[in-house]
Amino acid sequence: MSHNDFIQMGIYLVVLLLAVKPLGIYMAYVYEGKPAGLNIWLSGLERWIYRICGVKPEKGMTWKEYAIALLVFNILGILMVYAIQRLQAFLPLNPMAMAAVSPDSSFNTAVSFATNTNWQGYSGESTTSYLTQMLALAKQNFSSAATGMAVLAALIRGFIQKQMNTIGNFWVDLVRTVLYILLPLSIIFALILVSQGVPQTFSPSAKATLVQATKDSNGKPMTEQDIALGPVASQIAIKQLGTNGGGYYNANSAHPYENSTPLSNFLEMIAILLIPAALCYTFGVMVRDRRQGWALLAAMLVIFIPCLWASITIEQKGNPLFDKLGVDQRATAYQPGGNMEGKEARFGVVSSAIWSVATTSASNGSVNSMHDSYMPLGGLIPMWLIQLGEVIFGGVGSGLYGMIAFVIVAVFVAGLMIGRTPEYLGKKIEAFEMKMASLMALIPHIFVLIPTAIAVLTVAGKAGISNPGPHGFSEILYGFSSAGNNNGSAFAGLNANTVFYNTALGVSMFFARYWLMIPALAIAGSLSAKKIVPTTQGTLPTHTPLFVFFLAMVILIVGALAFFPALALGPMVEHLILRSFDFTQDQTLSIVECVRLHSGLTLSEVEGLMI
Amino acid sequence: MLFAQIRPAILSFILLTIVTGILYPLLVTGIAQTVFHKQAEGSLIVQDGKVLGSSLIGQNFDDPKYFWGRISATSPVYNASSSTGSNLGPLNPALMDEVKGRISALKAADPNNTNLIPVDLVTSSGSGLDPHISLAAAYYQIPRIARVRGLRQEQIKTIVGQHTHGRLLWVLGEPVINVLELNLALDGLHS
Repeated sequence: MSHNDFIQMGIYLVVLLLAVKPLGIYMAYVYEGKPAGLNIWLSGLERWIYRICGVKPEKGMTWKEYAIALLVFNILGILMVYAIQRLQAFLPLNPMAMAAVSPDSSFNTAVSFATNTNWQGYSGESTTSYLTQMLALAKQNFSSAATGMAVLAALIRGFIQKQMNTIGNFWVDLVRTVLYILLPLSIIFALILVSQGVPQTFSPSAKATLVQATKDSNGKPMTEQDIALGPVASQIAIKQLGTNGGGYYNANSAHPYENSTPLSNFLEMIAILLIPAALCYTFGVMVRDRRQGWALLAAMLVIFIPCLWASITIEQKGNPLFDKLGVDQRATAYQPGGNMEGKEARFGVVSSAIWSVATTSASNGSVNSMHDSYMPLGGLIPMWLIQLGEVIFGGVGSGLYGMIAFVIVAVFVAGLMIGRTPEYLGKKIEAFEMKMASLMALIPHIFVLIPTAIAVLTVAGKAGISNPGPHGFSEILYGFSSAGNNNGSAFAGLNANTVFYNTALGVSMFFARYWLMIPALAIAGSLSAKKIVPTTQGTLPTHTPLFVFFLAMVILIVGALAFFPALALGPMVEHLILRSFDFTQDQTLSIVECVRLHSGLTLSEVEGLMI
Repeated sequence: MLFAQIRPAILSFILLTIVTGILYPLLVTGIAQTVFHKQAEGSLIVQDGKVLGSSLIGQNFDDPKYFWGRISATSPVYNASSSTGSNLGPLNPALMDEVKGRISALKAADPNNTNLIPVDLVTSSGSGLDPHISLAAAYYQIPRIARVRGLRQEQIKTIVGQHTHGRLLWVLGEPVINVLELNLALDGLHS
């Protein structure tokens, strides 16, 4: 890594960490109903909303009531997004005359945007009307993010409250999150993005006369360029802040209209981790022990920072196959160098690699470079970060409640080691909490590995593959890892806009979201009803470096063991193939011959492996 | 228990839809159109009343007298209504074909150039619409353009220098050159 690589990475981490405390305190005040500026000025509006909706804000809900309210609200979102896509041809704000979206794609997108996954099987600029982008997709970006944060607020209350059977009011948590946290941040951020060149207009596509006439795929001369526009900035702001990640354009934040300059890129990268990181601090404030918040953030950073370093290093080395062709991949003052396939010149390797790690450790899933074209190990890192269960930052709210599930597992394991009843923040961790936490840790594995196995065994599944060899398997594994952990990024060569993938990925996303939320709320309810036991000499401290390290190891062992065999079949084999090619001195040999030479397999076995 | 939540669910759903799905984008559009009108409309380059493109969206150049940009994986190339990367894996033979194809096109247009070719000039961008190339990629092409246009290399170097965008605060992003703006400046030299 060069000096500049370190400096860019360092600035990113420092700016992010500086924002954690002020935003963390602000969000804690919002959830506790303490005066914090905006929630005084807009309190009239908030009360008016409750009156219209028939909500009694002071009335708490049991965890089951909370779960039902949440599910009804989310199902309404799924229905509306489905309906708007199917009917968009008849609805206003459709200047490019987009036709109705197919039923399977509409289903997939509806689930995707309700579950905060924001996987995109469709290509935004050629599929959806301006109305669909705003009213269906941008709106769901807010709702799904707020749903995740509401569940977290309820779970935190479980730790604070003593012998109560309620965990807060879902409608209050929802409205406060949208009104006081997500909306103001999005408005400011959207306007900064427009200043950098992100469009915000209701005009139809612009027509430009090309400077040099060119030919289309049929060889016909082409003199014009149609430039797709729309209300882009308002969508991009919330998709970055709410760990949504569903872009306005197909190329997501690699598109110069979604991410125009180094400044827009830097702020979009900060926005990916801003709320998930600050929520750790919110947690510390609300449980009256800020060290607990820092400890969780530290456990995330213990895994995050080495991944950042590894990703930059691997991508900066470039593709060894290109070296033999007289291509210059060295980083100099005049070029970023490295593996530039699928990356934008203005971001180069460093800004792309940082993004790929941030967007997959958080369950954001937006991309500013194409992960499918990363080096084998460069692509392994994002995939593995997703498979860890989206708890290294993770989604807004969902990342931290997932992390707390791992904390419960960790204190349980530690309790077994030292022979004491496990406790966390004064609450006894018993069989019920442990069962729920185990469900939260293990359910995503089921919805990743089983559908992957089905896809590689069926014709419909294999039809989606676009790259030969182990990379094709990686495409499928990445797709279901992404859906089964609500991330939304892809090895985008996978042709997933088919009935098989739209349905299978949709089902994965749905269960991976709600089957984790319900156990999280159940833990909240159970903890809320318990007494707080006083701290004694025998209490395991959960804010020490030892516990931080222990927690990180528990996450790594659960994630690494479950996915190691699958990763070995994809990116690891691919890496070994590449190395065998790299070590071969005879430059006339093909890849197949190189692998045969180094592996001792027969030619037909190697060919079977590669295709 | 379920029915008690139906009314708040439907009404809060409608209210939040109006606030976040309608009022929010309208408010942002209103302010953006007033304060940053040019950017909000796509940063279009207009000369003599004619739209020549956007300073943020690349165009295809393969004429030796122009600077060439990144390879575009869209269909047809530089299709600003259908962005996409190549999504070719690092070992995919199609990736090698793509790189070799660009190398031979560059060599054919400038057979005497024996310099190593900068990697961004032989790879496709993430969006298929990348408006920029690295400084190295621009310098590599200067001898060819000087020869075809009958200009001195120093003249072109000056223009390249004028169109260089450095890193933000000398740190963030990468130094780049906007290919469309550079080519328009080249054409401007002759008129």
